[in-house]
Amino acid sequence: MEMVERKEALKGGEFLIRESEAHDVFIPEDFTEEQRMMAQACTDFLRTEVFPNVDKMEDVESGFMIELMNKAGELGLLGISVPEEYGGLGMSFNTSMLVADVLGTGGSFSTAFGAHTGIGTLPILYYGNEEQKRKYLPKLATGEWKASYCLTEPDAGSDANSGKTKARLSEDGKHYIINGQKMWITNAGFADLFIVFAKIDDDKNLTAFIVEKSYGGITMNDEEKKLGIKGSSTRQVFFNDCHVPVENMLSTRGNGFKIAVNILNIGRIKLAAAVIGACKDVITMATNYANERKQFGKPISSFGAIKHKIGEMSALTYATESAAYRAGQCIEDKINSLIAEGMDEAQAKLKGVEQFAIECAIMKVHGSEVLDYVVDESLQTYGGMGFSEEAPMARAYRDARITRIYEGTNEINRMLLVGMILKRAMAGELDVLGPAMAVAKELTSVPTFSAIDASVLFAEEKEAIKGLKKAVLMVAGKAAQTFGPALEEQQEIMMHVADMIIETYVAESALLRTEKLIGIRGEAACQQYINMARLYLNRAADKVAYHGKEAINSFATGDEQKVMLMGLKRFTKMNPINATAIRRELADFVIEQNKYPF
Amino acid sequence: MKILTCISHVPDTNAKIPFKDGQPDLNGISFVIAPYDDFALARAVELRDQTKGKLTVLNVGLADTEPTIRKALAIGADDAIRVNAHPHDAFYVASQIAAIAKQENYDLILMGRESSDFNGGQVHGMVAEMLGLPCVVPCMKLDLNGNVAVMQREIEGGKEIVEVALPFVAGCQEPIAEWKIPNMRGIMSAKTKPLKVVEPVAVENYTRIIKYEMPPQRSSVKMIDKDNIGELVRLLREEAKVL
Repeated sequence: MEMVERKEALKGGEFLIRESEAHDVFIPEDFTEEQRMMAQACTDFLRTEVFPNVDKMEDVESGFMIELMNKAGELGLLGISVPEEYGGLGMSFNTSMLVADVLGTGGSFSTAFGAHTGIGTLPILYYGNEEQKRKYLPKLATGEWKASYCLTEPDAGSDANSGKTKARLSEDGKHYIINGQKMWITNAGFADLFIVFAKIDDDKNLTAFIVEKSYGGITMNDEEKKLGIKGSSTRQVFFNDCHVPVENMLSTRGNGFKIAVNILNIGRIKLAAAVIGACKDVITMATNYANERKQFGKPISSFGAIKHKIGEMSALTYATESAAYRAGQCIEDKINSLIAEGMDEAQAKLKGVEQFAIECAIMKVHGSEVLDYVVDESLQTYGGMGFSEEAPMARAYRDARITRIYEGTNEINRMLLVGMILKRAMAGELDVLGPAMAVAKELTSVPTFSAIDASVLFAEEKEAIKGLKKAVLMVAGKAAQTFGPALEEQQEIMMHVADMIIETYVAESALLRTEKLIGIRGEAACQQYINMARLYLNRAADKVAYHGKEAINSFATGDEQKVMLMGLKRFTKMNPINATAIRRELADFVIEQNKYPF
Repeated sequence: MKILTCISHVPDTNAKIPFKDGQPDLNGISFVIAPYDDFALARAVELRDQTKGKLTVLNVGLADTEPTIRKALAIGADDAIRVNAHPHDAFYVASQIAAIAKQENYDLILMGRESSDFNGGQVHGMVAEMLGLPCVVPCMKLDLNGNVAVMQREIEGGKEIVEVALPFVAGCQEPIAEWKIPNMRGIMSAKTKPLKVVEPVAVENYTRIIKYEMPPQRSSVKMIDKDNIGELVRLLREEAKVL
């Protein structure tokens, strides 16, 4: 076997300043037979239990979601991430991503599943002591108990640490007595266990508690009337002198906000996985419809306007998938290396995810926005029928909308991801300063036109990716220099920089996946993959140019502005491609297969 | 109780199979357990659990069928046998199954009423003949009562209840059982369950496929104005040639 030298693994955020090798990147085509069988079992579960019963599921009062969760529990789907010693399956991080991906097609079910297995179960898995883990995890892994997560309050949404829910020690010192109000609590209607965040006395920071429903003192409002995911239970939860045994404090006093943040990191990347399944399913439905629906004597799939949608949706989905699993594997590799160094498994998982919190935020924002684009264009493909509840698009459209809001709004995530890069740069963990200075120097020097070796696969595209990274470093570097720590208050600039970073990461991921695939299957078998990678890169370069310009013009003036705009033009320059022709060719392939085929 | 379930490895029933140079082009097509076999397997798992017996799954196929066999193991079979040969035709497959069954003395041999690729529906009958056993097809309900099985068949205009002493062969169809989705633990244990590969016995091939033909494309509907009966008659006579 050919020895492939693996370089030192990429750190979180480091993609901005380091190149990746295609063979080091995980691609979905690398999944094993066993993982594929698990994915197929999830598809079979949806086909037999969820899809034929969507109307029942969407009626949240029917209690059908509980039935679905029980069935998912019987299949072992609720214990994927729970170690075997606690009654789960102990599967790898990317396997849990794959399961979330396939189940992402399940609309409301996907949300109930995600809340139970993610934010409901993981706080105990990662922060619980041995006794807590032994007591609760086996019940959660089988679905005997359902979990929910109570962080948000009426006046504490994005600003989660400002929550007013209080906990005080009882006079006998045996209980914490919790009082307060929580809002938008997923699975609340049927949960047996709540992870509750409250402040002990006048603490500044939150503390987390494991609260069993049977403790009493818990009441709820009716189910919220929501725009989408109508089948998922969402209620306000009130704690009125709820007595929680002191041993049910999770981790230490004041550590709750950290728990909340770290658990959300995982939720974010899992959400990115879940949207992939949803995107693929919706594209398949839109393609089926476009092939069947005839106007002017022809299937509407034969029209360029529809091909544009099918091609674009496919390329975006492909790119998201490439980036999500690339990030997922980086997390998994980090976890494994920490375990190999002797770290406890739960701790390693936390640290692994924390290391890639930037990528988690990138994927959450990008994935949810791609899904919103896909449901919008698919609904449009259905035309009038898309607006009718008779067809599946209306529900898909409504269900998708929440993904830009929960697990941290996309605005919060954009600012977070830029903030984390800056913080790591300041702390010397991420060496962006050196490369940013090199880019600044390049700006004022005479451009060198190094000849690109066209015989090397994707030589031009790789140069383009390098350029995008330079554009990010230039704009982010200059903005940080101009505003210092006050950059955080320049939210518009932060958001533009975030978009530049997101586009760069995703475009690079799509290109790496395609390069690796070509290495496995040969170029001839990968034409559509090449088309998708090129389409995405082309779009990413335009977006980076746009957001870069917006950012530069909002703080730079005079010569500095001119030099930066020229630099931006240079760094985002691509040889023109005929995107229309490429998109058509791609769409024709999808239309011929009558499904999202990648 | 020793149960044998025979499964075919067939293209996913939703797959659109293109033809290239007159042959089906199976590149990129995903394969599954044939749906009727899957029903047989589901009932076999239930009967195995009920009788605390042993369930073996058998497939006649080349190495590429192993993922399908492992799925059967994930669903609940205890072990598997793959006869290492291309399943040339019903007689060839039945001969291989019979050769193995002769050595193993199964109490029950279950399979689908037909596979969903070539839909011959002959293998169960041939196996029974070769083994000198009774054969019930299509078996839609199967309950064991000691050494006797009570089965239900659908017949023209009604049902037929059949009682057969073990051993026997049955070609099954729904609603004999509900398809089983393999659970995650089953999937994880599938790779450690024994999958024995045996070489085929020599069997003469009596059939060969000469060619495949697609059904003729249906032409589109022609609408003729109600005032134009003459044109309708002309088309019926000259184009449809039914008058």
